[in-house]
Formats: sequence, structure tokens, C-alpha cells
Amino acid sequence: MRKLLKNEGFESFIASIICIILGLIIGYVVLLAIKPAGASKAIVAVIKNFMYYPSGAAKIKYFGNTLVKTAPLLMCSLSILFAYKVGLFNIGASGQFTVGTCAALYLALGANMPWYVCLISAMVAGALLAAITGILKSYCNVNEVISCIMLNWISLYATNMILTKVKESTSPYTLVVANTNPKAILPSLGLGKLFSNNPYVTIAIPLSIILAIVIWVLLEKTTLGYELRATGNNKNAAKYAGMNEKRNIILTMVIAGALSGLGGAFLYLSGFEQWQCTQSSVPGMGFNGIAASFLGGLSPIGSIFSSYFIQHVTAGGAYVDKTLYCSQISDLISSVIIYLCGFVGFLKLVLKKAAEKKEGGETK
Amino acid sequence: MDAPYAIEMLNITKKFPGIIANDNITLQLRKGEIHALLGENGAGKSTLMSVLFGLYQPEEGQIKKDGKVVDIKNPNDANALGIGMVHQHFKLVECFTVLDNIILGVETTKNGILQKDEARKKVLALSEKYGLAVNPDAIIEDITVGMQQRTEILKMLYRDNEILIFDEPTAVLTPQEIDELMAIMKNLAAEGKSILFISHKLNEIMEVADRVSVLRKGKYIGTVDVEGTTKEDLSRMMVGRDVDFVVQKQPRTPGEEILKVENLTVASKIHKNNAVKNVSFNVRKGEIVCIAGIDGNGQTELVYALSGLEPAAGGKISLLGKDITNTSIRDRSVMGMSHIPEDRHKHGLVLDYSLEYNMVLQRYFEPEFTKNGFLDKPAIRKYAERLIEEYDVRSGQGPITRARSMSGGNQQKAIVAREIDKEPELLIAVQPTRGLDVGAIENIHRQLVAQRDKDKAVLLVSLELEEVMSVPDRILVMYEGEIVGELDPKTTTVEELGLYMAGAKRQ
Repeated sequence: MRKLLKNEGFESFIASIICIILGLIIGYVVLLAIKPAGASKAIVAVIKNFMYYPSGAAKIKYFGNTLVKTAPLLMCSLSILFAYKVGLFNIGASGQFTVGTCAALYLALGANMPWYVCLISAMVAGALLAAITGILKSYCNVNEVISCIMLNWISLYATNMILTKVKESTSPYTLVVANTNPKAILPSLGLGKLFSNNPYVTIAIPLSIILAIVIWVLLEKTTLGYELRATGNNKNAAKYAGMNEKRNIILTMVIAGALSGLGGAFLYLSGFEQWQCTQSSVPGMGFNGIAASFLGGLSPIGSIFSSYFIQHVTAGGAYVDKTLYCSQISDLISSVIIYLCGFVGFLKLVLKKAAEKKEGGETK
Repeated sequence: MDAPYAIEMLNITKKFPGIIANDNITLQLRKGEIHALLGENGAGKSTLMSVLFGLYQPEEGQIKKDGKVVDIKNPNDANALGIGMVHQHFKLVECFTVLDNIILGVETTKNGILQKDEARKKVLALSEKYGLAVNPDAIIEDITVGMQQRTEILKMLYRDNEILIFDEPTAVLTPQEIDELMAIMKNLAAEGKSILFISHKLNEIMEVADRVSVLRKGKYIGTVDVEGTTKEDLSRMMVGRDVDFVVQKQPRTPGEEILKVENLTVASKIHKNNAVKNVSFNVRKGEIVCIAGIDGNGQTELVYALSGLEPAAGGKISLLGKDITNTSIRDRSVMGMSHIPEDRHKHGLVLDYSLEYNMVLQRYFEPEFTKNGFLDKPAIRKYAERLIEEYDVRSGQGPITRARSMSGGNQQKAIVAREIDKEPELLIAVQPTRGLDVGAIENIHRQLVAQRDKDKAVLLVSLELEEVMSVPDRILVMYEGEIVGELDPKTTTVEELGLYMAGAKRQ
């Protein structure tokens, strides 16, 4: 048991669970403050998410919907944690996600390309955008946070402009991919059938999990991962050891950008949503990805679960009784919970201190 | 004087995962004495002081002040009991003045306004009384390390601390500054302060301390009066065996040229002048060449240029006859250059990597450790275990120990092991024994000589006079970026060397 307590992975797990519980409690308090009568029902709705539906088939179908949005979130979360391990804070995941979406949708709707072309170009678009940040960082020492934030906005408006060419004439939304170019929709390989014929469940979901494992292997097992993490931990030692730290920084951003870009394609090529070309805020996916990666203890495997959880409460927010609360409440509650997820690092520290005090210095 | 001891630490035991850092240690500090705490790196000195300072809670044992049991839970408790410490790495605000740093945290205010005049008077009085020369209005980053240290001492005195802990205070000082510090410490003790002096430099202990307590591998070995003991006795107590103070080496004729430096110039990062000016020298097979000089005379920049960390502004560097002036760090390393860096935390180690990962920092990409882009972890483990064994690198959990959690001396041993085991043609060792105890120093000196005897070239950069006089075959003295003299350690004297180092003499 002691050994388990000292295990870093387990520590992260406990810290994450505590964060989740705290988040739910604070969310509940907020609901209580607004309207005490409906609070309990509302918070239960958030936790239940798809369990809200009485029929088993509907439950499974809506579970599928949550998974559909988990896949892109997981990609953003992987992107952020990968960069973070190398010492870079990729707050530009949103922008990379956006240009990925732009490339995927434009090629799907404007050029009638099949899904795999769209997917690959989304990766390339995300990678190229992130490469700008990487190059600026390594050659001009421009802080990656600043350049990422600026590029987020540039990508948003550029994407709006480009995708306006493929939008519906009567609405601000892009054309429905399934109607305009069905071969651009990601294949389902029968997965949809498992989720009560949910048409949006595609290979994006297993693919994102596979990529999480690939990233884990890359970081922990490969020589490249060794180099990248060394660069992240101590840039000077990496240089001293003859590693090309400039190349490593750019390469890291390129990989991170490709992951986020892929996230955009995963969401929009499932046909679940249409891009709104009048959108004036950067997609939240990239920012929720920050919470997901921290909640997941900065481990690719942990991110799979944390991304699901965050998507679960975000989707669950939709079931809060809108006659009692205003429509923003769902976002408010999920963001409170997500906010608390950022405290994992802090809680880990607290837990560690507590464990040290309790155990004194006894051997493992 | 009913309680002769200012501080007593009785039967202290403190354990960490995999290691007993302090095993039933007793330390009694008399009032007004200078008590040295002697031990190898990792012997448990720092842990013991951290316990006294409230940073760690011991599992067993108690602490008494003036005969009364006290409970020290955190550094604030320690401060309240009048315990002050000068850390090895100073804790000063670089952009504040000396006076501001001294009063920081205990400022006298009147209606929320600082009353610096009073503080200044007190500081000046203290500095007069104890012979601590400082300029209260100087900014910390502009003053010498010695003066920064005096500021730290004044900080303790300003707080009326009675028990002063000095954690390896001489590691960062020049020989002259060390002499001054010794005088200051004697002064403080004469005025009734009790001093704990943590060190592994025997000369200093013999000179300044009244009594010595020796720790070895976490255990208490004993306490002796300095009067009746010798350096040899102390080192035997500390290391557990006889230590050779003389570097053993046979005369040797150097072979062909390995490193050739011609008219090398390196720009300075700090000032507009060049840090290294038109320097030429060579290092041959089977010899140890030492660059001597006072810290900050261009040695660091010279080594940066040789190793490729910084570009050369002019001149030519050749290794084994090939021009490497613009060659990458990796290529220089593969060609046969090893580099024990000056700053082991900044360059030498990835502190959050395990010891085994640090052991392959220069070689991880070689086929021996990498297969198809994947790290060969069993091979790395085996290699690390061999180096740990061969070079006696001690750590809590062996190969998987985080480098950060190792003692400074063992971190250094790990770096030395890594660089020497690469079997380089040229070994550049920059202050390889800084902060190490006699046992480890002897070990590293022996390693350097062994390289020389294997017909390798060794370039040693050192600030320690003893090392400069005993290890190399040739001495090059650097002063203000130039090589001002080449000396033979067999025929020269420390005094002569000092004149060159101070820039008073040149060839």
C-alpha cells in the first residue's frame, strides 16, 4: 500500500479524482447560489450526461456522441502535453485545431477530396502553423505563448474567410459534409452500429486512442523522446550533450501541431458539427485540452480518461433544466469543473507533503 | 554557565527512501566555539543541518537549546531561536543594495515608512565590530562574492542570531577571501557567537576550528579537539581509510599534438571586450595541461569555445589535426572530446532524469544503446550499473535514482564517470573537484592521471592552487583573457604562480 501511495502515477490519479470531486462540489454551490430548488437535479444531470435517457439504445447512442467529441479533445490534450514535456506551453492548440478544420473542410467541401486526403492535410496544416511558433521560438527567442495566442486569432479569421466559400447560402454554417461529399466522412467500419446506429461514431475514436499510445511510446521508449524530454528538462544540458535543441523545439511544435490539426479533422469529418463562419471566438477544444492534459497527470494514457471526463460533463451540462437556469449554465458548470482540473499539480504537491509528514522518512 | 552547550542535537535519526541519511547522530555545540562538521559528500551533513533548521523532521532524537528541549518545525522556529545560516548558494536579492538585503524581512518602519537610517547605523556598527567590510549602498550583483558572503553574515548578526551555521562557505571564495573569512569567524567566536562550520577542507578546519565532529555515510564517527589531531587523522576518520595527499605520477614524455589552439578569440557575454584574446597553446598526448587563473579571467569562455557551446570570434581550433573551429558539439564529442563542465547543474546533468539516463547523455544515440530508434533500456541499465560500480557513484536507489536527489559530489562523480568512460582522446575537465571532499578529490585526480598515463591528452581548468601545483605537467596562467605565462609545476612556487595570476608578472 505504501509503495502504491508513493507511486507517481497513483498519486496523479488520486489528485485528479479529488479535483473532479472538488469541481463538482463548487459547481453545485454555484447552482445552489443561483436557484437552490433545482440545484441537486441539475448537478445530477451534469454527472449523468447520457444516462439521462431512459432507453438503453438512446443511452448508448448519446454515449457515442460524447465519444465523438472526446476524440478531438484527446488530440488537443495530447498536443499540449507533448509540447509540455519538451518544455513548451502550446496554448496554440486551438489555432492548430482551427487550421486543421479549415484544411479538412475546405478540401472535403470545396475540392471533393476523400477523407484520408482531408485528414492528412489537416495534420499538415496544424503542423505548419505550429512550425511558425517553433521557428520563432528557436531562432528569434519569441515566447511561444505570445506567438501561439496571436496565431490563434489569425487562424480563426483566416478560417472563417476561407470556409465562407463552402458555406450554406442561407446560414453561416458550412455545408453538410455527409450530403455534399459523403466520401469525405470518416469511415465507421461498423463502429456506428455498436452505438445504436450513431452515424457520427467513426474510426476517429479508436484512432485517437491509438495515437495516445503512440505518443506515450514516442516519449518514453524512443531515442527521440529521450532527446526531446532532455531538451525540455534542461536546454543547456541538451546543448552540451550535442543535441540540436533548435531542431528539437521545431520538431516538437510540428508534432504537437499535427496532433491538434488532426483533432479538427476528427470532429468535423465525423459530420457531427458544422463550422460556423461567423464564429468570433477560438474553439474551446484547444483550451479544454490544457485541462484534460493536466487532469490526466500529463500522461498520454491518463489523457484518454480525462478527455472523456471533461467531455462527459460538458455534454452533461446540456441536460440542466433550462426553465430554472439560463442557457449559459451548462457551460458555466462544466467550466468550473474544468477549472478545478487545473489544480492537479498543486494537489499532487499537497498530497506529497502530507504523505511525507505522515510517513516521516520511512523507507519504501 | 549552567548549560555549556548552545545547541545539542541528540541521537538524531533521519531516513529517506532507500537511505539512512542520519543514523543516531549527536552533535554538541559549545558556546563561543567554532565547531566543524566534517564529512564526505553525502555523509549527511546537509541533512543534519536541515534538521536543525527545521526543514526536515527527524524520526528519532531531540534538539536542545541552552539545555532545554526545543521543537523546531520550520525555519521560522529556527530563526526565533537565534539560529542563522549562510547557505552555500547565497540567498540574496541581486538587484537590491547590501543594506536592503540585510534588513529584508525585519525592516523597521514608522507609519508604514521604512526607517533606513537606524538600520544603516546598526549595520555599520556591526560591520565595524566584527571587521566585516561592506558598502551598504552597493548593489549585490555588482559586488564580489566575498562581499556578498559578508552581507549574508551581517544578515544573521542583524537578526541577533547566536548560532551561526556556515555551509561550505569557502567553496566560492578566492584564497585571499578565504583568509579574510577565517579571521572573521575567529572574531565572531571571540565575541561569543557559536559557529557551526560545515566543510570538507581539512586545511581550513585545522586553521579555524576548535573541535571537529566527523560523519561518515550517515553515521557519527566521533568528535575530536583540533589541537591534538592531524590532517591525516581527520581524513582517516572521514573517509575510513588512509588518504594520499600527494598526487602520484611518473614522469612521461608527451607525444604528438592532440589539441591545437591558434590565436583564439572569444567574445564576452558580459562586457564589450573579448573574454579570450588571441590565445594559442596546445595539449599533447600523455600530458595534463592546466589553465590556472582567478575565476573570471576568460577560462569559462575559452572552454565554451573549445567544446562548441559558444562560437569562436576568431582563430582556429584543431583536434587530432582536423580544424574543428566550426564543428558541431556532437561531432566534436564523437571525434574524441570529452568535457566535464564547470556547472554540473546547468550543463552536466538533466536533473530530472534518472542516473542511468544521465550516464548515457553523451552516448544514447550510439548503436549500443539505441535499436531502430528505440532506447535499449536493458543495455543502458547494465552500462549504468557498471559505471556506478567502477566509479563508486553513491545514490539512494542506484540507476533509477533521480539525479536531482543525489549529493553534489556523487553527481560530479557520475559526470566524471560518463566523460572518462567515453575513452576520449582529449578530456577537458573544468574544476572537476569543486565542492568535493578529499576522498573524491583523490579519486578524480587519480582518474585524470590515469588518462594521461593511457596516452590521452588532458586539459584541466582549475582555481585551486593545490590542484594547480600537484596535478598537471604544465601550467598556463590566464589573466584577463590572455595566457600570461607557462610554468612548470616542478620548478615553480605558489608565490610565483600567484604573481602571474594577479597580473603582476608576465612572460
